[in-house]
Amino acid sequence: MDLDLTEDQNTIREVFADFFAGQTGPERARAVEPLGFDPAAWQRLLETGAPGMGVPESAGGGGAGLAELTVVAEEAGAHIAPLPLVEHAVTARLLAGLGAADDEMVAGTTVTTLAVRPAVDGEAWVVPAGAVADRVVALDGDLLVLVTSPPPGVALTNHGCLPLAHRPVSGAEVVAEGTDAVAAHARAVDEWRTLTAASLVGMARTALDLGVDYAKERHQFGKPIGSFQAVQHLLADLPGLIDGARLLAAKAAWAGDRDAPGAVAVGDNDITDFAALAAMAFTFAGEAAATATDRSLHVHGGYGFSEEYDIQLFFRRARAASLVLDDPARECRRLADLLFTAAESA
Amino acid sequence: MDFALSPRAEAFRAEAKAFIDANLTADMVDEMHRSGTFNDKAFNTALADAGLLAGAVPGYGDRDPIELYVLFNELEKAGAPYDGLAVTMLVAGVINAVGTDFHRREVLDRLLTGRFNCCLGYSEPDHGSDVASITTRAVADGDQWVISGQKMWTTMAHEADWVILLTRTNPDVPRHRGLTMFLVPMDLPGIEVQPVPTMASERTNATFYDDVRVGDEWRLGEIDGGWTVMGVALAFERGVMGGTNPAVPLLRHVRSWAESAADADGLPMIDDPLLRERMARTAIANQVSQLLTLRAAWIAATGGLPGLEGSMAKIYATDRYQQAVGWFQQMAGADGLLGFHTDGAAAGGWIDYDARHAPVTTIYGGTSEINRNNVAERHLGLPKAR
Repeated sequence: MDLDLTEDQNTIREVFADFFAGQTGPERARAVEPLGFDPAAWQRLLETGAPGMGVPESAGGGGAGLAELTVVAEEAGAHIAPLPLVEHAVTARLLAGLGAADDEMVAGTTVTTLAVRPAVDGEAWVVPAGAVADRVVALDGDLLVLVTSPPPGVALTNHGCLPLAHRPVSGAEVVAEGTDAVAAHARAVDEWRTLTAASLVGMARTALDLGVDYAKERHQFGKPIGSFQAVQHLLADLPGLIDGARLLAAKAAWAGDRDAPGAVAVGDNDITDFAALAAMAFTFAGEAAATATDRSLHVHGGYGFSEEYDIQLFFRRARAASLVLDDPARECRRLADLLFTAAESA
Repeated sequence: MDFALSPRAEAFRAEAKAFIDANLTADMVDEMHRSGTFNDKAFNTALADAGLLAGAVPGYGDRDPIELYVLFNELEKAGAPYDGLAVTMLVAGVINAVGTDFHRREVLDRLLTGRFNCCLGYSEPDHGSDVASITTRAVADGDQWVISGQKMWTTMAHEADWVILLTRTNPDVPRHRGLTMFLVPMDLPGIEVQPVPTMASERTNATFYDDVRVGDEWRLGEIDGGWTVMGVALAFERGVMGGTNPAVPLLRHVRSWAESAADADGLPMIDDPLLRERMARTAIANQVSQLLTLRAAWIAATGGLPGLEGSMAKIYATDRYQQAVGWFQQMAGADGLLGFHTDGAAAGGWIDYDARHAPVTTIYGGTSEINRNNVAERHLGLPKAR
């Protein structure tokens, strides 16, 4: 048991907190709307090695695990970095695992992404980072395919100004088939769930900070509104949600980095299975980020609704990042299938 | 981070589980719900005799706060009577931190045998959350103190050998500065215990103190230093010793029910999509509650004071427990209204019980509002509201 970051992870956190604070942040996010991609910041991110950080060293990457990637993803989310880092990182890991990653993918000079939902009728629908990715990995039936086609460069008009696009997959290179293909895709989507959860934790964290700062500055009735209990209590629920979401994402990453098979003992609240934890972390972080951005926006009053203030950027991205996969209720039913299938003595 | 328990804590967990399997009987659980007293002296004694009690006393034993968490989490998940044990651990920890040799000999050593019990005398009829305003007086008379007043919610007082009693010794200084804590033997003349039945069948008490005389040796901590002793007690209490995973047994009981019950159309409840969604959401909340509690224990284990983290765990866990109970009670329909040992009761009556018990969890041990005040002021740094 150790609930602190390692020394290395703390260094990673500091380095990337500085990077995203300097190179990204609300002003950049605003400037690159509606596409939601900052090519200049991506170029600088390549110099940090982050895109291939999670690829094994044997494949030319940084050899980091999900535990380190969640630390980076949280900082990216905290600064709503308009960068397809999570998508690229998990796709590069997926392709490296299949021996199909080239140097450009590992380096990130070729932006690579994952169609998180299976393709239908030859098209992957609403692909995260699909508007800017040169390569797209998709599951088409029981084939895992690697699409190489010019990115549209224009995003589907969307709630969070994320670089979403539909991408055709027909005729693409096959990198895996059958149950191997399905399993590889499922694993990659679980990694995406885990890192997106961490990114949502970052968004929720900054949303809370914005709300608290505003509540201290804004005066009404001669007092800071943060001295009113009704306002305080809206915000006081959030640290527990955010810290809980961070712990759950970290636990999912820990399970995903382990070689040991995980357990699913719901009756004993003993869950160490990666797929189950990834689903939990993703659903819970989505809920925590939705709640945190909603409450913080509300505390801002009318200004929170205006484009001038930053909270609306977080509000919209928090929803978009979690709903781009599926309805959370359906995610929960999928989780139920993982948790409540095997008979467990009551 | 590493989410696996240390081999030592894992071995302790296995020991605790094996103990519970061997010693917790269905009759014991029945009796606990029938009597409303969530304390079983035979169980406590066996736990102490098995060597599981003393080591886990915070600050006293050789076990760390993670292991204390492990013990109470296993008791809570199993539905074992642990309310009395939690107070025992709490008071033992407080005595260890601020007590005298006399307190250790007279109380601590006995508590650790599992054969004795304590109760907590903080709240009064007119002073609950605002506990610093209590009015029970302790007046010095030579080397004795004369105590008069009334306490409320003194759960377990009818089984307790001592009450840890917060009194006012100086009415002339601001609220929290004039308080003194005592350990008071419950068999002294002038103490009366009256039962207060609750809607969850859990018994609590009102206790009355009419010119109760105790020697100064029973004073715990400094004169007018009672607030400091309260702080020690609260740091132990919040989060770590049970109370943040009540939905684990609830979900287990609901699952067991759903696997055998059918809906109005004869379809298995376990296939109901909405029930499955809610069971999954409850399983998520159970993990989050566990992690927030473990985090508080981890901070304590690494030398910190996890007061605020304990508040966060309690706010979250109790809120989600109430939400889950509400969902399952609705989904069980009329069968969910039926109690223990009643023909047709959903989940053997547990849904009815949890629905009656859940409302108190956001009240006792610090209301959610008091905990939110703490988080708002001390964690978020918002200006004081009061």
